[in-house]
Amino acid sequence: MKNKQFITRVLIALIFLLVIIPAVLIYTQRNDFLYGITSVAILAMISAGVWLTFYIGRINMGQGAYALIGAYCAAVLITQLNLSFWLALFLAGILASLFSILIGLPILRLRGVYFSMITLTLTEVVRLLAIALVPVTNGPRGITNIPLPGELSIFGITIIPDFANLQNSKIGFYYLSVIAMIVTFAILYRLVHSRMGILLKSLQQNEELASSFGVNISYLRVISYAIASFFAGVGGAIFINLTQSVYPTTFQVADSINYMLYTFLGGLAYVFGPILGAFVLYFSWDILFIFKEYQLLIYSSIMILLMLFLPNGLLSLRFKK
Amino acid sequence: MEQILLNGLITGAQYALIALGLTLIFSLMNILNFAHGQMYVLGAFVTYYVYGKLGLPFIVAVIASGLTLALIGAIFEKYLFNPVIKKSLREESSMLLAAGTAFFLDALILIVFGEKQRSVPSIVDGVFFGDAYGIDIIIPYNRIAIGIIAVVMITAFILFMQYSKPGRAMRALAQDKTAAQLMGVDLDKYSLIGFAMGAMLAGVAGSLLVTITGVNSGIGGGISVQAFTMIMIGGAGVISGAILGGFILGIVEALGLYYLPGDITYLTIFVCLMIFLTLRPQGLMGKPWG
Repeated sequence: MKNKQFITRVLIALIFLLVIIPAVLIYTQRNDFLYGITSVAILAMISAGVWLTFYIGRINMGQGAYALIGAYCAAVLITQLNLSFWLALFLAGILASLFSILIGLPILRLRGVYFSMITLTLTEVVRLLAIALVPVTNGPRGITNIPLPGELSIFGITIIPDFANLQNSKIGFYYLSVIAMIVTFAILYRLVHSRMGILLKSLQQNEELASSFGVNISYLRVISYAIASFFAGVGGAIFINLTQSVYPTTFQVADSINYMLYTFLGGLAYVFGPILGAFVLYFSWDILFIFKEYQLLIYSSIMILLMLFLPNGLLSLRFKK
Repeated sequence: MEQILLNGLITGAQYALIALGLTLIFSLMNILNFAHGQMYVLGAFVTYYVYGKLGLPFIVAVIASGLTLALIGAIFEKYLFNPVIKKSLREESSMLLAAGTAFFLDALILIVFGEKQRSVPSIVDGVFFGDAYGIDIIIPYNRIAIGIIAVVMITAFILFMQYSKPGRAMRALAQDKTAAQLMGVDLDKYSLIGFAMGAMLAGVAGSLLVTITGVNSGIGGGISVQAFTMIMIGGAGVISGAILGGFILGIVEALGLYYLPGDITYLTIFVCLMIFLTLRPQGLMGKPWG
């Protein structure tokens, strides 16, 4: 019975995300909301990686670094090698996770505050690298005029139309990012509820004990960190195609911290926490724009109050124990 | 070369003062105080008004900065951090709160003090020329004075932690929370004192540095990242580590900025730090696995 209920809920969520929201937004011509929800989907996707790193007991403050790596990979592949967007998207994710394996192998041995502080500087390292590697990244001027995604066809059948031919390319990006988000969280949900998920949870609780039972802890942490970075790489690549430009400052330390905040706000114990966290924080920041110079003050007060009354995240309201 | 080293040492003394506060809060409550840089900026602004605007003696300004920040720290601990840590399932939740308070102070500072760069008159005038003594150093007396004050403060802090009753209690809590509590150490009380002292140190450091570099509303975040770097070099939660980390960063930065362009200096520092931490994850002086 529980299974049936779950499937209905998923179906309702899918219909809501893929049919109702876009229909309403197109009908009301609110392109700003369309852009907002597209951004939230991308942000939630990147934050999903942060959530996964939390799941193995590491506080990840360097997600922006992998998003930036993915973004630059995609931009370079598309503009300089004339690769198709869809291939570049996938390669961006792969390259980001390759980097994360290289970096993760040594630093994932670190725990607690050491890991979080080193990942905090990681974003800064990638940003400074992007500035320094002028021949590839064009330095501080960034890469602009990234073309819109082209069409994707297999055996002559068009699966996804050319974004440039769409009446409103924003709606294309809406579907792209929302579907990417759904796939991300489906993977995440499946992962957490699999045998590997249980093993990952054992890392969160006691690594030595898990290791003594024969769990290959270093393999598990690197793999989950690579998955987390894959999400960031793909998310970053979609984002820069939406804005059609990438700069060293596209993803910076503040963004890395934001991804962490979205994850916290949604609730660390809940897979879908990052979606809710990103949604609430993104739109409350947007709405508070009317208060001009008091925007940040009110925003941070809301954050403090939420933490004070719901320290276990927003979803702890829904799932009372 | 002597010039660069001396500059590095004086900057390092002030850095050490910043890192001490951060490490104290971390060792007692396991909180990474993201708002540390903002507290520093706040301290600098208090000194700007008391010393620069009202014209009171510098020492009064330092005390005023320290007390203001101690009060703010105490309020934060009592009404925000303590309840949240008690209620939340995972200790990391306090990070969102810390980031929230950092944003809050940032916004508040910007609204109250505006975004203009402010500076104050130096506390001692004149410049020291080393030529007369056969060394190749030129340094304003002001910087020497600030360096000395910073060193005195650090020494006073170490003595306080070593020999006073609250100092001993806090060290015990940092070492083993449960054992210390069983011995009758009041966790709530000393967490409050520790947080207030950590904030006070940030305020005092800000108060000292405003006489050299001036202050503007936006520098808080950068200072926090620097403070994190220092305690990573030395080892989080260890007093000697914070001091060492501060001095090392001060000297490396002075050397780097002299020989390399600005962006490359920090890139090099961060890359070296990552390599260093993979070899020695707990920093120079830290406990294994923090």
